[in-house]
Amino acid sequence: MNIVIVGHVDHGKSTLIGRLLYDTRSLPPDKFEEVKNTCKSLGKDMEFGFILDHLQEEREQGITIDTCQIFFKTPKRNYVIIDAPGHVEFIKNMITGASQAEAAILIIDAKEGVKEQTKRHAYILGMLGLKQIIVLINKMDLVDYKEKRFNEVKDNLIKFLQNLKLKPSYIVPIIAKDGDNIAKRSDKMDWYKGKTFLECLDGFEVMKKNYEKALRFPIQDVYKIDGNRIFAGRVESGTIKNGDEITILPTNTKTKVKSVEKFLKNSTKAGAGESIGITTEDQLFIERGNVISHPNNLPKVTDKIKANVFWMSKKDFNINEMITLKLATQEVSAKIEKIEKKINSATLEEIKQDKNTLKNNEVGTMIIKTLSPIVVDDFNYVPELGRFVFEKDMITSAGGIITK
Amino acid sequence: MDHLDELESKSIYIIREAYKQFHNIAMLWSIGKDSSTLLWLCRKAFFGKIPFPIVHIDTSYKFKKMIEWRDEYAKKWKLNLIVGRNEEAIKAGMGPKSKLACCTALKTDALKQTIDKYKFKALLLGIRRDEHGIRAKERVFSPRNQEFKWDYKNQPPELWDQYKSKQSDEEHIRVHPLLHWTEVDIWEYIKREKIPIVDLYFAKNGKRYRSIGCECCCSPINSDADNIDKMIHELKTTNTSERAGRAQDKESAYMMQKLRSLGYM
Repeated sequence: MNIVIVGHVDHGKSTLIGRLLYDTRSLPPDKFEEVKNTCKSLGKDMEFGFILDHLQEEREQGITIDTCQIFFKTPKRNYVIIDAPGHVEFIKNMITGASQAEAAILIIDAKEGVKEQTKRHAYILGMLGLKQIIVLINKMDLVDYKEKRFNEVKDNLIKFLQNLKLKPSYIVPIIAKDGDNIAKRSDKMDWYKGKTFLECLDGFEVMKKNYEKALRFPIQDVYKIDGNRIFAGRVESGTIKNGDEITILPTNTKTKVKSVEKFLKNSTKAGAGESIGITTEDQLFIERGNVISHPNNLPKVTDKIKANVFWMSKKDFNINEMITLKLATQEVSAKIEKIEKKINSATLEEIKQDKNTLKNNEVGTMIIKTLSPIVVDDFNYVPELGRFVFEKDMITSAGGIITK
Repeated sequence: MDHLDELESKSIYIIREAYKQFHNIAMLWSIGKDSSTLLWLCRKAFFGKIPFPIVHIDTSYKFKKMIEWRDEYAKKWKLNLIVGRNEEAIKAGMGPKSKLACCTALKTDALKQTIDKYKFKALLLGIRRDEHGIRAKERVFSPRNQEFKWDYKNQPPELWDQYKSKQSDEEHIRVHPLLHWTEVDIWEYIKREKIPIVDLYFAKNGKRYRSIGCECCCSPINSDADNIDKMIHELKTTNTSERAGRAQDKESAYMMQKLRSLGYM
């Protein structure tokens, strides 16, 4: 299971991960020694946070620059922890990390409480559609292990999260550096009767593949092999099998599946998540970006969408400027026709002025017009066809979730 | 789909994406377990007909067995094999006395020469996030500038399997289809798929190699694991790291970082 850990800078993310690796014995002793020696040579005591902040530069600055992935396991299952940087300049790295997660950990300093980045990160988790969330209230030692302070921070946070329609599954008081309520129950906070952090994690569900939903098979590429045209791609939802009647969008042509192709495997069908190829009964012009579905349950074909867009480029972007929109394997030119609402992702306050421009770290609800029609689904139905990125000057500049 | 199916499918998606976006690409094959797995996945992605060259960087210090293995399977699988060697440095007697200089000349420079010669726009590499701390920072599509430098402080965002699809003339892209695999995943997949693998990994007389490269810079570990099942069991219970036998990681805590920012794989 992929989990992302987010929270305000210095609230204890890296320390928590170092602790987890240590407590679950997922860290080889020679690595531990390496970090210990490096800390020593820098004249510092061993800090769990240094295990992740493996780059020299990060050690010197003491902050996590990039997103970073670490593997660890409990007796129940394997985890990939995505550590995401909390610092404001590295927000695009945080989004890169969080976009790959199935569950999120939001860590908060018990003494400092909810801060700017706590809010921004919570907002992004909501925007990315993450539902399984654990809140850890860290550094309980700094507030004398008091239940009263825990409840204050907790109540404050719950109120804030309600505005974002987020509801944490668990809220746990911890001390990451000492390991209290991480793997083992704390003997200093008897008042807490809930699960330890690891028990909470093991309680989460692994995301299920969309086998039951409608077929969505976006074409990635076309190969000519031994005289056959094979249409390659990944089934994003539903299932496809030999003989199925299929509709190709946006061209709206119809044919039948002649064969489902998997190398070195005899197979007549494939389901959500599988990278496969198919051949068709009729010789049709099918190209990258086309989406194959069953005729009785088609996605929408449109050239106008409404979406929430998170801008993460230092360069401003103006309405009516051309940009590349990438959705599954589709790639089209597009422009923003209108910014309906704009929010500062740090304060979450609405920005009333300058409605024709998107700036770094701003989130907007906007109307987007594409130059040619694209195939989309509701984000909550097939997320893979309900989200997109904008590419500008050869790099990804924004992420978007389609709302209509 | 089980765990290995999911890993496989994601890797195939990435391989196909790299070929579609950049076309003039190559895969780096070190003959080790990871890039041999990657090679297997490339064969799957293109139904047995890999449409791009497979590059082996030969330092002249590789195990003889690795070279024989390479030639045997290149022929069997009809690979378009390119062997890259920094002949000038090899003739001048470059050797492992200074590890940083040797790796730089015989691996990094040899690779640069090969890329220059064939003008590859992107390279597929079998690195994994769990191998080494610095590799955990990598993106799936990772741009390098003309001098091969990796600007790890300013990496592009990567969301929802949308990878960098355009590049300037000065850039080349490292593509990492195995980033999300672990060492145990690799062996479990090799076992399931019956991927042929060079036998240096299997124990003989109480010793085996856990990671292979140049003969002079690899030391075997104590082990009785003479088949894959025993090896997987050993890995699941061990607590030393994979590259503990690799000299280049030990020299100093930052050697790997230095090598990588200079363009090392």
